[in-house]
Amino acid sequence: MTEREVVVSIRGLEKSFGTNVVLRGVDLDLYRAENLVILGRSGTGKSVLIKILVGLIEPDAGTVVVLGQDVHALKRRELDALRVRLGFAFQHAALYDSMTVEENLGFPLRMNHPKMPEAEVRERIDDVLEAVGLPQTRHQMPSELSGGQRKRIGIARTLILRPEIMLYDEPTAGLDPSTCGEINDLILQVRERYRTSAIVITHDLTCARATGDRIGVLVEGQLLVVGTFDEVFANPDPRIQAFYDYNFIQGARA
Amino acid sequence: MAEPPLFSARIDRQLAGVHAFSAFVAATLVSTARRPFYANEILQQCYEVGVRTLPLATLTGLITGMVFTEQSRPSLASFGATSWLPSLVTLALVRSLAPLVTALVCAGKVGSSIGAELGSMKVTEQIEALTVSAVNPIKYLVVTRTIATTFMVPVLTAYFGFVAFLGAYFNVRSHEGTSWIAFVKNGFGSLDVLDVGSAVVRAVVFGFTIGIIACWSGVSATHGTQGVGRAANGAVVQSMLAIFVLEILIVQVISLVRSL
Ligand SMILES: Nc1ncnc2c1ncn2[C@@H]1O[C@H](COP(=O)(O)OP(=O)(O)OP(=O)(O)O)[C@@H](O)[C@H]1O
Ligand SMILES: [Mg+2]
Repeated sequence: MTEREVVVSIRGLEKSFGTNVVLRGVDLDLYRAENLVILGRSGTGKSVLIKILVGLIEPDAGTVVVLGQDVHALKRRELDALRVRLGFAFQHAALYDSMTVEENLGFPLRMNHPKMPEAEVRERIDDVLEAVGLPQTRHQMPSELSGGQRKRIGIARTLILRPEIMLYDEPTAGLDPSTCGEINDLILQVRERYRTSAIVITHDLTCARATGDRIGVLVEGQLLVVGTFDEVFANPDPRIQAFYDYNFIQGARA
Repeated sequence: MAEPPLFSARIDRQLAGVHAFSAFVAATLVSTARRPFYANEILQQCYEVGVRTLPLATLTGLITGMVFTEQSRPSLASFGATSWLPSLVTLALVRSLAPLVTALVCAGKVGSSIGAELGSMKVTEQIEALTVSAVNPIKYLVVTRTIATTFMVPVLTAYFGFVAFLGAYFNVRSHEGTSWIAFVKNGFGSLDVLDVGSAVVRAVVFGFTIGIIACWSGVSATHGTQGVGRAANGAVVQSMLAIFVLEILIVQVISLVRSL
């Protein structure tokens, strides 16, 4: 097998909040054009992990190299330049309440490319709205959208800057099964359409199996195993099996 | 690992809070001077602060002017000095009532709305969304709102003073039948530069205080929707407290300057 390009490389990552030790030495590589799923129960530090990756949280120890740059050694300006190459889809979409869907989508563009012609901004908004299948919501306010629609618009807003790496924080949490299926498809379509690499954070096994090329399980602040879905759940470690039982969905291991 | 507390857990926490707030104020001041400036957002916020507070400021101003005049009349009348009413009212308005009451009205109206808005942006990760879009939230949210309050509270103070002055005039006219010209002459005759200057300084200081405290309260919100309510409430209570403390300090400084 040929050597694949590594786009994210994490080594020895540690993070505590006061006496609450969250990450205890996480090592992780993300390859180009790969979807890597990180599974973990609520509160195991999945969100903290990807927030460290974009410099929202400072780690206590360890290095994070994203697209060849050491995130926590960068100056603010360099970090901002790196951030626009990453797309962060928040757990609850984080749409700006005071703006319409269209303004939400245009916002990152207008802020980062103030000189971009209005016609091109509109074209890009059309493009991402179509990509997430919601052109009809254009003039709506976020409060008028359903949970699934909000997530899609949140994903669209991160796609508008054409990121190289997508980070999805619990894309299917709190959605009904059929909407979950649609979001899983969307994650796969995004990779086809924009050639992104992605880290998908989830505690939903169906999502993990549908979207992940490789899966890592985060238990007690460490990544226990990383591999394909079947490899991971062939592992006899009781903590992984317990996770599987707790999450069991009929047909998940068909 | 956790270190033992320096003083006590409670005092340590408060010191950490003071330190974080100072760092926040410093970061805001530094970003104010740096590009980009978000002129549209500043104008939008000035509109929010100014226009939305206008009805309340009008009502409060008119009532303050009328009631203060009405209530002051008996004590002046006992000296047969009701002709001094215009100058007494004007002095009271410029020296204390207009800046103080306007600031308190703004702390309630503007402070709570900024606290709630930024608080809900914080707990729903909208502020982090700004950061990962390479937009500095201090600059985009805090600087714009603080500039707006620093600029608009003095404007509202002047407006409040004018409306209250009118209210006082209506009252005096209906009782003593004083003409507008005589009222204005008598009123402004007793003012000096220091009175007006100190009113401007007060209004600017109060405006900045309301903006920065409300923003701080908003961005430090935690714990979901409950936190939003607490942030709005904290913004009002803390900025009112700060206004009273600053008022006392400013009064001391002014009497010092006067005694020179
Ligand atoms: N900014 C913060 N300050 C203090 N503690 C934090 C902070 N962010 C996260 N934590 C703590 O870190 C731990 C992990 O949180 P995190 O949000 O990463 O969990 P998660 O795996 O994403 O869970 P969920 O599935 O519920 O989203 C929690 O115990 C949380 O209380
Ligand atoms: Mg999370």
